[in-house]
Amino acid sequence: MWGIVLLTLRVSGTALLLSTLIGIPVGCWLGFRRFWGRRLTIAAIYTGMGFPPVVVGLFVYLLLSRSGPLGSLQWLYTPNGMIFAQVIISFPIVAGFTMAAVMGVNPNLRQQLVSLGASGWQTTLTVLGEARVGVIVAIVAGFGAIISEVGAVMMVGGNIEGVSRVLTTAIVQFTRMGMFDMAIALGIVLLLICFLVNLVMLRLQGRYLDQ
Amino acid sequence: MAKRALILFILLGLALIVAAGWGGTETLILATTTSTADSGLLDYILPPFEEAYHCRVEVIAVGTGQAIKLGRRGDCDVILVHARAEEDEFVAQGYGVSRRDIMYNDFVIIGPPDDRAVISEAASAAEAFARIAKAEATFVSRGDNSGTHLKEMEIWEEAGLTPTPGEDKWYLSVGQGMGETLTFANEKLAYTISDRATYLSRSGGLDLVILFEGDEILLNPYGIIAVNPELHPHVNYDLAMAFIEYITSYDTQLMIAQFGVEEYGQPLFYPNSLEFWQNQ
Repeated sequence: MWGIVLLTLRVSGTALLLSTLIGIPVGCWLGFRRFWGRRLTIAAIYTGMGFPPVVVGLFVYLLLSRSGPLGSLQWLYTPNGMIFAQVIISFPIVAGFTMAAVMGVNPNLRQQLVSLGASGWQTTLTVLGEARVGVIVAIVAGFGAIISEVGAVMMVGGNIEGVSRVLTTAIVQFTRMGMFDMAIALGIVLLLICFLVNLVMLRLQGRYLDQ
Repeated sequence: MAKRALILFILLGLALIVAAGWGGTETLILATTTSTADSGLLDYILPPFEEAYHCRVEVIAVGTGQAIKLGRRGDCDVILVHARAEEDEFVAQGYGVSRRDIMYNDFVIIGPPDDRAVISEAASAAEAFARIAKAEATFVSRGDNSGTHLKEMEIWEEAGLTPTPGEDKWYLSVGQGMGETLTFANEKLAYTISDRATYLSRSGGLDLVILFEGDEILLNPYGIIAVNPELHPHVNYDLAMAFIEYITSYDTQLMIAQFGVEEYGQPLFYPNSLEFWQNQ
């Protein structure tokens, strides 16, 4: 049981970290810069935000399978493959919400900072700080999407005992086996994890939440 | 005037649609296993029954464990599974009545064409498994307490082995249905055990081949049981019994014997009901 919990945290945690590291900078870039194809990119991000995880799973499966283009990576049915799929799911969510958050900050602030001599980096970091509440929501949303999904991790991971079995796939399995009590127990564990993580996020938002 | 007519017309249409769904058709809820459903047999033998009895059969295809659980809870009217010990327990504990034999097929041990564990030369299923364990060749287990999984455990026991997922790196337990397990085993080019029906219905797209078959331990009998109406008064007992009569009748048994012959060159199931044998 604990192996399943640890693997769930490892897979979704790593995926969240990676998609945050890529997603926040991309979100800022989309929020600040104006470039040719910006609207199209934003439309793509929006699509990605609502994209069904099971379709992402199918796509990644085809990429990583023996006969697929990335088959040589041998990531299919391994946690690495699962992380890969979950990054694809959570990245648009983190990027999209971050973009919205930074665009919600008063544009005058940026002008002020630049006129005071702030560098590009300093400006971006300051605006991010102001948009803190929204950016944290971006991370929370990204986490929520991947900790709760079952389609992608089932297809790409294969639910192998001791290797790629996570909470959601285990719940499906126990339900199919008629072991509803085990399924419910795991469901409660999953809920607790979500709740605890979100409590931490709430603390990070701190006093900014009450402004 | 035209607008009013249009609205009236749409309402009438909706009313007709609702009425059509409302009157007449009874439903029979049949819980069965994923391997039975995947074989396509039900799509073949259900329509004549549905037509004759003016009803709809709702097939819930899940793992053996869950199918039996559904029967215990009265969430279905009749169960069709292939796990004799569990079936007998189901009836003995009063959850089901009127268990009948319907058909049987067999399990086959499949694997990669190169057969690196050389199981095709084994003298028994147990020996085939022993060879796989010795060669530490990748073996995929359904790991879901299904009829197939239980048969697999029986053979390991016969061979005196207890492969453990996690410990034995070559033994992978996926906790899924036959279809997914075959896809997985195919991807890994691993050995596994499958019921012949599901394998044949997939063989066009798989690289795995049948490497061992024929041992008596690999026989797989299917049974049908009606959910006990005394325990769950709301179940459709009459229709369940009608279906049991139908599926064990000589004519339907002949249909079962025909299923798959044209497409695969061999039947996927062999008739096994009392009525069938009485008419031989």
